Amino acid sequence: MAKLILSMDGLVLKEIPITKERTTIGRKAHNDIQIDNLAVSGEHAVIVTILNDSFMEDLGSTNGTLVNGNPVKKHFLQNNDVIELGKYKLKFIQEQGAQPAAAAADFEKTMVLRPSAMKAAAEQAKAMGGGAQAAQAMRQAAVAASGHAAQAAGTSEKPAPAHAAAPAAAPAAAAAAAKPGGQPLGAIQLLSGGNAGKELELSKPLTTLGKPGVQVAVLTRRPQGYFITHVEGAQRPTVNGQAIGAAPHPLKDHDLVEIAGIKMEFFHKS
Amino acid sequence: MNYSQVLEIASCTDPGMVRSHNEDSIASDPANGLVVLADGMGGYNAGEVASGMATTVITTELAQLLGKTQPYQVDQESKKPLAEKLIREQVLKANTSIYQAAQSQPQYAGMGTTLVVCLFYDNRMMVGHLGDSRLYMLREGKFSQVTRDHSLLQEQIDSGIITAEQAKHAQHKNLVTKALGIDPTVEPEIREYATKPGDVYLLCSDGLCDMVEDDDMGMTLQAIGGNLKLAAQQLVQMANDNGGKDNVSVILVRVLREYPAPRGFLGMFRKG
Repeated sequence: MAKLILSMDGLVLKEIPITKERTTIGRKAHNDIQIDNLAVSGEHAVIVTILNDSFMEDLGSTNGTLVNGNPVKKHFLQNNDVIELGKYKLKFIQEQGAQPAAAAADFEKTMVLRPSAMKAAAEQAKAMGGGAQAAQAMRQAAVAASGHAAQAAGTSEKPAPAHAAAPAAAPAAAAAAAKPGGQPLGAIQLLSGGNAGKELELSKPLTTLGKPGVQVAVLTRRPQGYFITHVEGAQRPTVNGQAIGAAPHPLKDHDLVEIAGIKMEFFHKS
Repeated sequence: MNYSQVLEIASCTDPGMVRSHNEDSIASDPANGLVVLADGMGGYNAGEVASGMATTVITTELAQLLGKTQPYQVDQESKKPLAEKLIREQVLKANTSIYQAAQSQPQYAGMGTTLVVCLFYDNRMMVGHLGDSRLYMLREGKFSQVTRDHSLLQEQIDSGIITAEQAKHAQHKNLVTKALGIDPTVEPEIREYATKPGDVYLLCSDGLCDMVEDDDMGMTLQAIGGNLKLAAQQLVQMANDNGGKDNVSVILVRVLREYPAPRGFLGMFRKG
């Protein structure tokens, strides 16, 4: 599925999946993507999506639409194209292998397997005979039967087409890719206290620091980078001398952190 | 007895990164020691309707009944604690409500929901569940799964057709064998467990356990379990960071101290 990332002045505001055939952009509230700014026309532009192809069309807006810096009326969107409306930027991201991923997403919806379907599947499996073969048949029959049941019940869930089951590794691979890994490994070096000079690699998704009962903070490793969050204690940790708020605070290379009276430096290893 | 002094409860629910709306529903009644989590399914907004009905019916009905009866008393018929009967009857009531709504209104046809409900009393808890929403427990540093999914996958693991390792890569994680509101009647799995002070219980929808490894969930609870609200938010965030393919809901319950039921002669004067 393709998506748009809305940003202003380099600040990401929103991520919008393109789910409809027509995704409208404009200042008025009825637009799919509403940008409340006077530089944006009421009905500014539309993104028309047909299968995997998306087209951006300017709807005769007052201030026009730029794609990758050039004014355009109509444009066939490519991965990483940047659409500009006034100060706002929309980055177009076409995910790889969009087709199977979309099918898999439908397939992942939870469905009920009715006992009757189970029985039918078991019988079919028995008729087939043999372990692995039976398992395969059972799986297929169960999937088919449940898809059928959902359809018969009139729900919107689409039964997964048989071929959709094949690229099962795709969602798993996507999940793995989304895990932190692309970003540099972070570490902290203690600057004061008994263990001054010691270095701690932040390879785990989260690392807690401090003294339980006094002050504890957690450093989390996320795809966007490292964050520090206050966990317990009356005093909050400081970053570069400033106490952090309740929300996770992003850490930059060479930030100075103080937790429970211990000073430390955060840095990127690589 | 007011359980809000005994249990610390925190929760968090999020639509995830892919779905546009949240079909999960969570509810807690700290005073009565009750938490409920449901993950709805069905077209349009029917999933939300089913899960919302389940949590509302169960919490409101149980709150009324718990004002009149004590869950630790033994039921004369079944010789089990009354809690078992209370949960079973309310689950069936919710089932009937959802089933009838699905039958009478075409836009709700086929809707249903998974369910996990925990009722705490007398140093114990009664757990009812249906489908693939789960209950986990962190006790003395050990994180383990308490409920067993009612899913095709779990049945295949149990019968030895596939191993737990293979199951992680299976394509049919989403097929549940039991759910609320699908059939005119339902048989929830209800079991009783002893609790200990310091235990942390985690109720979650499959949006969490499909996206985050059990080890990572356990580690999160151990590391920042001191701040339960933050731990709940952190778990949801981890699911979203890993792709957030489904709605994610988490309820965390910590047992702060012992809470035995009043017993014997003195207990008669210390009712409730």
